[in-house]
Amino acid sequence: MKKLIIIGSGTGGTIMANKMRKSLDIDKWEITVIDKEKEHYYQPGFLFIPFGFYKKEDVIKPKYDFMPAGVNIIFSDVDRINGEKNEVILKDGVVLKYDYLIIATGARIVPEDTPGLKDGLWQKNIFDFYTIEGAVALSNFFKTWDGGDLVLNVAEMPIKCPVAPLEFVMFADAFFTERGMRNKVNIKYITPLSGAFTRPRASEILGHLLEKKNIEIVPDFNIAEVDNDKKIIKDYADNKVSFDCLITVPVHMGDEMIERSGLGDDLNFIPTDKHTLQSRAFDNIFVLGDASDIPTSKAGSVVHFSSEVLHENLMCAIENRPFTAKYDGHSNCYIETGHCKGALIDFNYDTEPLPGYFPFPGIGPFGLLKETRINHYGKLLFRWIYWHILLKGKELPISTEMTMAGKYL
Amino acid sequence: MATKTIDGHQVEVNDEGYMLNPEQWNKNIAVEIAKEEGIDLSDKHFTIIDYIREKILSGEALSLRRIGKSGVVDIKEFYQLFPGAPLKKATKIAGVPKPESCV
Repeated sequence: MKKLIIIGSGTGGTIMANKMRKSLDIDKWEITVIDKEKEHYYQPGFLFIPFGFYKKEDVIKPKYDFMPAGVNIIFSDVDRINGEKNEVILKDGVVLKYDYLIIATGARIVPEDTPGLKDGLWQKNIFDFYTIEGAVALSNFFKTWDGGDLVLNVAEMPIKCPVAPLEFVMFADAFFTERGMRNKVNIKYITPLSGAFTRPRASEILGHLLEKKNIEIVPDFNIAEVDNDKKIIKDYADNKVSFDCLITVPVHMGDEMIERSGLGDDLNFIPTDKHTLQSRAFDNIFVLGDASDIPTSKAGSVVHFSSEVLHENLMCAIENRPFTAKYDGHSNCYIETGHCKGALIDFNYDTEPLPGYFPFPGIGPFGLLKETRINHYGKLLFRWIYWHILLKGKELPISTEMTMAGKYL
Repeated sequence: MATKTIDGHQVEVNDEGYMLNPEQWNKNIAVEIAKEEGIDLSDKHFTIIDYIREKILSGEALSLRRIGKSGVVDIKEFYQLFPGAPLKKATKIAGVPKPESCV
């Protein structure tokens, strides 16, 4: 029996288990999925929790429900991967051999990395919304908060879903406006980038949108520490911003197991070929999604598009053929802008997000880089698509490769 | 793309003043670009510039974190030496492309 192991059953691992089980002969290939947690979180939903649109139970389902028949599932911590010996060693010492390995262990927030961030005010006046615990705690805080300086700080790039912090402040603008207390809430967006977003056209358009919503942007701010007594954040140049409520998007890193395996860079992300998705260290290890260091967004859409490339290339490797698929960095994100409107961006390694229509040129129905109602409903509809189509590895009517059709230069 | 005369040499630069051809760089050019940024280069500055050139020209990506862990300089001192936006200023003076902002 040949063996394929998949570590991690989030969006990427689950899609690959479904795709590979269909493609590989069950008499010849054993597929094993390893994960340390039994619950699957719909992470895009976390953003909606602090504002009361979703509850915890709207974003959690058992991982087991999305696994195909004929796949072994092991719920355990992985101690390390031994790439030289083609072995995965579990926490309890059990050794599993593989012919091919897919690492899809994602990225996690590490608030401990910033001095003072996880001290006395943590989950009292300082919150994250990248974990279910943080999002729920913040939703409770907002129920009784009477206003002040609401400061969102992005600690360091890369982060998961680089538009989520923008969506957060725009949601906050709408939320406090609807509650009739926007004049008591001063919203600031503090970022290490030079503007609102990572790429120029989108940064300009989104920057104007924030300005219109009376949200102040403080760029080029690399946080050094949090002073819990004075309620201020400081950067390395000694710039200070005071807060009454600090929303942090902390430093992101790959899984600790990656470090123990000696496979990661200085943030525990795995050096990966950005076109083939093969690990740079071992030919029989492939990396999918946030766990890799490929230079595109850490986002579900990236996992979805690149999973099709990985599927094709892994089959090439298994059948001793040269790789035929090449990932272009395609990413596609809805951006909630508040008041039941949204924007959409579509881009890849070489082409920045541009205005236009998606997916059908000139028709849409979705508008790129503009605020529309249909974009917002697209995002809401996406949760259903995610649970029922995407995780099962089924085809969506959107091309894996980015297209220029419908975009304006 | 444009050309600019720095220290008597014609060099290719982008619209933000970053040199496009690292081969055209020399220490005198660095001193001139630094002056435009309001920085008087010391030996310590050059140690960091040499480190940045070596890493970038061998294809590595640099971040503030990576420089802080390099052993060449810590982040605090890096800020003191290249005030405001150290990575952007240091790469400009080192004659290498502006670090791509992460995605």
